[in-house]
Amino acid sequence: MSQVIKLKKGLDIKLQGEARKELTQLPLVHAYALTPDDFKGVTPKLLVRVDDVVKAGSPLFYDKYHPQVLFTSPVSGKVSAINRGEKRKILSVVVTPEAEQVYETFDVPALAKATSSEVTELLLKAGLWPMILQRPYGIIANPEQAPKAIFVSGFDSAPLAPDFNFVLAEEAESLNAGFAALAKLTEGKVYLGIEAGSQGVLNQIQGVEIRQFEGPHPSGNVGVQIHHVCPIAKGETVWTVDVQQVAVIGRLFLHGRVEMQKIIALTGSETKVPHYFNVMAGCPISSIVRQADLRPQTDGGTVRVINGNVLTGKRVDQKEGFLGFYNDQITVIPEGDRYEFLGWGMPRLNKFSVSRSYFSWLMPGKRYRLDTNLNGGVRAYVVTGLYDKYLPMDIYPLYLIKAILAGDIDKMEQLGIYEVIEEDLALCEFVDPSKTEMQSIIRQGIDLMIKELN
Amino acid sequence: MKGLRHFVDKIKPNFEKGGKFEKLHSSFDAFETFLFVPNHVTRTGCHVRDCIDLKRMMIVVVMALLPALLFGMYNTGLQHFRAVGMADASLMQCFGFGLWKVLPIIIVSYVVGLGIEFISAQIRHHEVNEGFLVSGMLIPMVMPVDVPLWMVAVATAFAVIIGKEVFGGTGMNVFNPALLARAFIFFAYTPYISGEKIWIAGLTKGEGIVDGFSGATPLSDAASAALTHSEIHWTMGGPWDWFIGTIPGCIGETSTLAILIGAAILLWTGIASWRVMLSVFAGGYLMGLLFNLIGANAYMEIPAYYHLLMGGFAFGAVFMATDPVTGSQTNTGKWIYGFLIGSLAVLIRVINPGYPEGMMLSILFMNAVAPLIDYYVVQANMNRRARRVKVAQ
Repeated sequence: MSQVIKLKKGLDIKLQGEARKELTQLPLVHAYALTPDDFKGVTPKLLVRVDDVVKAGSPLFYDKYHPQVLFTSPVSGKVSAINRGEKRKILSVVVTPEAEQVYETFDVPALAKATSSEVTELLLKAGLWPMILQRPYGIIANPEQAPKAIFVSGFDSAPLAPDFNFVLAEEAESLNAGFAALAKLTEGKVYLGIEAGSQGVLNQIQGVEIRQFEGPHPSGNVGVQIHHVCPIAKGETVWTVDVQQVAVIGRLFLHGRVEMQKIIALTGSETKVPHYFNVMAGCPISSIVRQADLRPQTDGGTVRVINGNVLTGKRVDQKEGFLGFYNDQITVIPEGDRYEFLGWGMPRLNKFSVSRSYFSWLMPGKRYRLDTNLNGGVRAYVVTGLYDKYLPMDIYPLYLIKAILAGDIDKMEQLGIYEVIEEDLALCEFVDPSKTEMQSIIRQGIDLMIKELN
Repeated sequence: MKGLRHFVDKIKPNFEKGGKFEKLHSSFDAFETFLFVPNHVTRTGCHVRDCIDLKRMMIVVVMALLPALLFGMYNTGLQHFRAVGMADASLMQCFGFGLWKVLPIIIVSYVVGLGIEFISAQIRHHEVNEGFLVSGMLIPMVMPVDVPLWMVAVATAFAVIIGKEVFGGTGMNVFNPALLARAFIFFAYTPYISGEKIWIAGLTKGEGIVDGFSGATPLSDAASAALTHSEIHWTMGGPWDWFIGTIPGCIGETSTLAILIGAAILLWTGIASWRVMLSVFAGGYLMGLLFNLIGANAYMEIPAYYHLLMGGFAFGAVFMATDPVTGSQTNTGKWIYGFLIGSLAVLIRVINPGYPEGMMLSILFMNAVAPLIDYYVVQANMNRRARRVKVAQ
């Protein structure tokens, strides 16, 4: 069908709590929210006040620096709260839905004849533009730029990630429409990366360049796929879209309204029955992760709920938090805030390590229940050659990290800052015996690039 | 263990900021984290972490050093009893004597080194780094057994302060601290670490030594032959003895066999780089072959594999060259780095018999050159990436 790109570097961390292929329909619940922190580099400016009535697709806020980029409500109802944190920073805009949902209607151009600017305008107006991210930097795409290609990864290789062929089984029509819309936005090609050997709805998509990838995580990371298909140089941009959000874009073009339903996977060792949920975007975490569905913890232990997977996800409050805009997965794992007597000297059969000084290599099929303990203290970088094994790109991760720490823009550029975002170095961070926070360092570097070059 | 934990929790406030012993905070923290892996959890980024940490890695290296160290203790006794004419001393007698001689050196090295590490960690408000667990063991192993203890203390202090802490501590140092300690003694107190007398306990004092006992090592045999342009007279058995290690030499360096056991542990756990280790041996062997081709004197004509068994070559290749901090950091660089260490060591030995042990100088020199090698390897990566872009367009 198409060529297979084989990746050797990387690692599949086998965890307990993979989602069963069962689907629960979640009815409308008491609140839905947009969380500005989900959008990197966005400063929200409110367009609504508490008690305003909004439709599904009505704008709630816009980005101060790109006022044309709107963020719209996933449901219709009344704005019930605008939660603020320190310095009046907006934490979330909450909408209480009404029983009968009302939608903003949008004039949809016929896809066959639509121009790039028509498509852009519609996506901006409907609040779906934030689904389009750009490389370099992994921020919301600048609608005034033209990307050299658009990339969609059709599979997630991270621990316990959802299976998109299951999630999108019913969405063939929306996906085709969504990809057709994306194709209008670039002079170049639209690429879809799929897992080699997988069969499902994604194999049947029309009008895209399909590339197959084989190998351990991070083969599903869109950045890795871009690196191997059409690498980004200085001055170039490539846009990326989450594959489930392509279907949302497709629905807009098919039905003329914003339909934000998505299917997410509840995963992790602490969930009794990990499986899939059909929800509306922005739903409260508490509607999915209910205390009764979690395994009881011993010795006063607690759990950590993560928007996303264990490598790149964001910690979220089980009671107050909301599902992240870009997340297709929630993971629940035990907190590791306890002491371990002489832990570094123990065999630790229930912990995972890539190092052969432990015994994980004896049990390649074993699934682990890992907690959040750091398993050591933060140190200077000592080991070398280890990190390279977990980044399937022609990039020296440690040199890139050190260039960032030194704030050396030229070096960062030459060493590949344009090609990576946090998630690409997540495995390096996982294996790091010096316990540094590589993903934050990468974001720090990206922020510096944005500041210095714009 | 709960009781111990409660005790630690009870005394902990004394060492926090504002507590009675706040100046000992880093030291307390070092002991606490040694006893208990802390309850720290991930904050940003990955929520789960691999369970390896530097403590585990360093302990594995120390374990890999143990075969060579234990054999070194036995051999210290063996050589001593041979020198005083008690060739029939039992294994336990030999080992006991060795332990008696070597243990004080180990204790001095650890006490001085860790003391400085604790103080500098406190000054910097850092946690104590585990790096010295290994250096502290390496230092005694590259010393001759009769080295005065005060000299070990001064050399260790020099290595830790000038070699490591001024650069920012473990992970930032340019030179291998253990080799720096040895180099310090080598240049400051040369008679205590070179010549033929110092490798066997008691030989320098000369009490009760068998008449005519030389105490020369294979290296010094070869070096003196090269100096006098005569045939080499091997006083200490043949290659098999050198491989087993029943010859005079530094405490931990004599037994190639015991070192190879350590090498197996390091390679299997993946803690040391096989690229460096292999290329050091390859470099030394090929240099030996090259000298065979030239064959200008007796030293040049010895079989190339002799070089790998003599002196500290194997010890340096396995435990010193593979130090990830002071060596080359890129995989391509590691090949070059290791190869040059091996070939330079043999070059120094053969061309300049004034420095019989070329390994130490070769590794220290390559420590200095490693960043340059990496610079070119990384530069090649940058150029490749830049070219790739042009091709893509």
